[in-house]
Amino acid sequence: MPDINAAGFPILSLVTFLPLLGVVILGLLRGEEKDISQNARWVALWTTLLTFVLSLVVWTNFDPSVSGFQFKESSDWLPAYGVGYRMGVDGISALFVLLATALTPLCILASWDSIRMRVREYMMAFLILETMMVGMFCATDFLLFYMFFEGVLIPMYIIIGVWGGPRRVYASMKFFLYTFAGSVLMLLALLAMWHRAGTTDIAVLLHTRFPPEMQTWLFLAFLASFAVKVPMWPVHTWLPDAHVEAPTAGSVILAGVLLKMGAYGFLRFSVPMLPQAATMFQPLMFSLGVVAVIYTSLVALAQQDMKKLIAYSSVAHMGVVVIGIFTFNQQGIDGALFQMLSHGIVSAALFLCVGVVYDRIHTREIARYGGLADRMPAYALVFMLFTMASIGLPGTAGFVGEFLVLVGAFRVNFWLALLGSAGMVLGAAYMLYLYRRIIFGRITRDDLKAILDLSPREMAVFAPLVVLTLWMGIYPGSFTGFFDASTGALVQGHEQAMRAVQAVHYAAVIRP
Amino acid sequence: MLFATAVFAPLLGALLAGLPGRVLGDRAAQLIAICFMLLASVCGVAAWVQHIYLGVPNGVVPVADWITAGDFRLQWALQYDTLSTTMVAMVTCVATLIHIYSVGYMAHERFTTSRFFGYLSLFSFSMLMLVTANNLVQLFFGWEGVGLCSYLLIGYWYDRPSACAAAIKAMIVNRVGDLSFALGIAAVFLRFGVVDFSTIFAAVPAHVDDMYHLLGTDFRAYEVIGVLLFIGAMGKSAQIFLHTWLPDAMEGPTPVSALIHAATMVTAGVFLMARMSPLMEYAPGALGMVTFIGATTCLFAATIGCVQNDIKRVIAYSTCSQLGYMFLAAGVGAYQASVFHLITHAFFKALLFLCAGSVIHAMSDEQDMRKMGGIWRRVPVTYAAMWMGSLALGGVFPFAGYFSKDAILNAAFESGSGIGLYGFACGSAAAFLTAFYSGRLLFMTFHGAPRADHHTMEHVHESPLTMTGPLMALSVGAVLAGWWFYPQFIGSLQQAYWQGALFNGANNHVLQRLEDVPAVIALLPSVLGLAGFAIAVWFYIINTALPVRLAERFRPVYLFLLNKWYFDELYDRIFVKPAWFLARLLWHTGDETLIDGVPNGLAELTVDGSRQAVRIQTGSIAIYAFTMLIGLVGLVSIFLFNR
Repeated sequence: MPDINAAGFPILSLVTFLPLLGVVILGLLRGEEKDISQNARWVALWTTLLTFVLSLVVWTNFDPSVSGFQFKESSDWLPAYGVGYRMGVDGISALFVLLATALTPLCILASWDSIRMRVREYMMAFLILETMMVGMFCATDFLLFYMFFEGVLIPMYIIIGVWGGPRRVYASMKFFLYTFAGSVLMLLALLAMWHRAGTTDIAVLLHTRFPPEMQTWLFLAFLASFAVKVPMWPVHTWLPDAHVEAPTAGSVILAGVLLKMGAYGFLRFSVPMLPQAATMFQPLMFSLGVVAVIYTSLVALAQQDMKKLIAYSSVAHMGVVVIGIFTFNQQGIDGALFQMLSHGIVSAALFLCVGVVYDRIHTREIARYGGLADRMPAYALVFMLFTMASIGLPGTAGFVGEFLVLVGAFRVNFWLALLGSAGMVLGAAYMLYLYRRIIFGRITRDDLKAILDLSPREMAVFAPLVVLTLWMGIYPGSFTGFFDASTGALVQGHEQAMRAVQAVHYAAVIRP
Repeated sequence: MLFATAVFAPLLGALLAGLPGRVLGDRAAQLIAICFMLLASVCGVAAWVQHIYLGVPNGVVPVADWITAGDFRLQWALQYDTLSTTMVAMVTCVATLIHIYSVGYMAHERFTTSRFFGYLSLFSFSMLMLVTANNLVQLFFGWEGVGLCSYLLIGYWYDRPSACAAAIKAMIVNRVGDLSFALGIAAVFLRFGVVDFSTIFAAVPAHVDDMYHLLGTDFRAYEVIGVLLFIGAMGKSAQIFLHTWLPDAMEGPTPVSALIHAATMVTAGVFLMARMSPLMEYAPGALGMVTFIGATTCLFAATIGCVQNDIKRVIAYSTCSQLGYMFLAAGVGAYQASVFHLITHAFFKALLFLCAGSVIHAMSDEQDMRKMGGIWRRVPVTYAAMWMGSLALGGVFPFAGYFSKDAILNAAFESGSGIGLYGFACGSAAAFLTAFYSGRLLFMTFHGAPRADHHTMEHVHESPLTMTGPLMALSVGAVLAGWWFYPQFIGSLQQAYWQGALFNGANNHVLQRLEDVPAVIALLPSVLGLAGFAIAVWFYIINTALPVRLAERFRPVYLFLLNKWYFDELYDRIFVKPAWFLARLLWHTGDETLIDGVPNGLAELTVDGSRQAVRIQTGSIAIYAFTMLIGLVGLVSIFLFNR
């Protein structure tokens, strides 16, 4: 039986598996094809909304002043092997649970009219995806985590492969092979860690000291898995292809939540469990982060496909996240976390913005657009807001994370801060250039002359994202306060571990 | 309370006028925006009066918490001191006048103007946030906010490609400076552990000898911070190397040029230097750089201003040049003179731009001065106002510019350092050129034979009262502001006026010595100014063929100036083109060929491999049997040998 936790009931399991109930209901739907589609949409919407409301309990009942896991649940699974069903969230993961539950209903709404084929199956895939995502952030058992981590791939693979664009098979295979190849190495790392610690309980693993050489190998194994997910340069090329072929909602989840899995993995495993290796690889991670920022920002500048451009910008933004995580100081890590959350909102919104015009004109080619401000003032305003958030304008969500990472990076090294923030300039260049080509200018094409502004349904999709973007920019305290204690503990733990190592080192030097 | 109202009223105005503007209609949106701006200016002036004359002390108006991350804590709060109240009073008054002016100027628009007024009010709010910030990050918020509004307003006519290009250019060039500014903030935080002004300034003397390791050498931390902040200021205030966006920004509607690109936003860099004076005073190296860049810009921009033909571009380069004066003053430690020039400049430069707008309006949207001339009788109010603005700009006694510019040049001379004298030389030369191009602008625009076509000349008319009213109000400022504020800003009352808002180091006596300069030096700027005007009269009224002959005689020089020292071409070569080249290279060669080459190649290898495997399976039993036999032999031999 699960333990009863702070909320009085196993809230995390409920949030995780509620969407599966929706899947069952969807499976039971009978009737005309058209009715099934319509009912499937409503069932999916209500299920995800209910899940979101339920997940708000995590928000309200979470105690931000302590750093450990909360809402803990655990029951034996394979007790002989130290494997259990363990759930729990801390400041680092709690907000990602909310991010996932908040974005999914918006995805359902965004797919309302654009998906017309196999609607029921599509909704099922999304609900399963939600379970996997939430489960991954809630799992506090490594094996459970691994299962969810891999499980996410399957519905996403199907979403891209079935409802995607013309090159969907290539893109989905690339997506699957890239992300899966890395994960296999993580499985090996998992086995090695289990072998050493005798359990897969993350809370225990966090306090297990692994010998230095082992840390190095474990770190590399994790890196192989997480770097692809982030994605870090040079294993990022699956992302633009996957985004381009994925349906709008697929891109939203991909950019909004799935990209955070890698960085989350760094924060959950690599940094706290392998402090020495993480410190050893710090320069490598910084270099890869800086290269990602500059390289992909430049590549984004040359793109002619809206989705590819935003996909590349995601890689650049995640480069900033990686830099932030490996500064090992609180501004850097807080900044990285905040950047992940804000990127989750903002890039999701930008993909939705692309979806709006794609639904109308059915092309993602930037050159096909121009002058939309005349016909779509509301759209122009929303798009402008998210463009500005993407380039980190103060007062929007994008600024806080980027700035905190800058401060954290400056603590480490001036040049790291300078190069890591090059995105401030390059980001402005590619985003404003994109905006100009789509929104500004004169309408020349006939199909654009009749284009309609945002529908009420689309407004409903954007409204929460607009509110969140401004809220996170103007009053970020409600979010940083949420994870400050957890990141503080993380930083302290890392410092202690490194001090201990140094003490041993000095002792060894002095003794002879 | 008054102070907070002054800051937040424009925000409310922006939201109410801008967002539902299409529903409300133009008139209502304009009315809302102007009412809130009026409220703001009344409150702004009242807050200033309270502080200066009624003795309300310095303070901080807390608004809310902002960012918390470990020991990094930030608040939204408003700084209430002489510097901020002075700026608030100036910004709200000028902004209100320009709002009113815009009603007339934007009357014949294709677009609904509610968007315009929304942006304008939003800009005013951002600018007020900038000047009232009590910490560096909030200042950065305002800083980026004004940048955004500038971008939006330069690109207001979004159907013009040139306007869009100029808007993007402004944002990106500014971002280069902003990056440095953000690094400067991080450096401040690293040194002091806080970013709010009062705590930083209190701690400044304690960290004077801190070093920062960079580029293999140790620099004094304050020098690093000072230089980083100043590079930020260079971007926003269009100093040489980061100035290229300002002339292009003239693509925006003229009221925007007046408000943003003359009176307020571009002075943000100067304001930053003044605000950070307690720290800058301990960074002599950085101040030397400020002086050098300021002085150079001052002369450089003036030389270009002398040959431009677009009326707004002349004034834009003049703005650039005047900002150079302000930095020159800040660089030699005369922050009071710097802010004084900022305030007087706000009046007369806004006036000049609005006059230019009025002329453009009268000439059916013509901006080229070569197609103007002979209209002064038709637009008497504009003409008179333009004269007053030009005299103030040229630094003629007793107009506003005389007092502030004279003080700056005296300060540069009195600073005694080599760089200060360089500043004095550049500033004096620029004073001559300023008077020359001001005269040139006046005479080309209003005098001589009409050069516009008959149709345009028929339509030349004085602007409506909504436009001439603000002109008259600003004229009063351009005439009186210098004389009126001189004693308080830099004269005998300055310490009582500033109440510690600006800081001069213990060895910095520049202000006290302003009056000690030799008579020759004190008179030099005025003499040069009059000479400049005289030459303009000679060139453009008496002997109008001469400029053309000169241009032909010295053609390379003329082209060099006309093409703005070829900065745009240079930057295009060394930054823009390589960036595009790299972008394509990295995309096609880097991503598509090299990085994707590996997995795609692997995939092909797999496919090829399986094809080979398929080929082996021929279906012939004989071959299978033969293979099995070989395998059996092999196995048996291994078994036997290993026994």
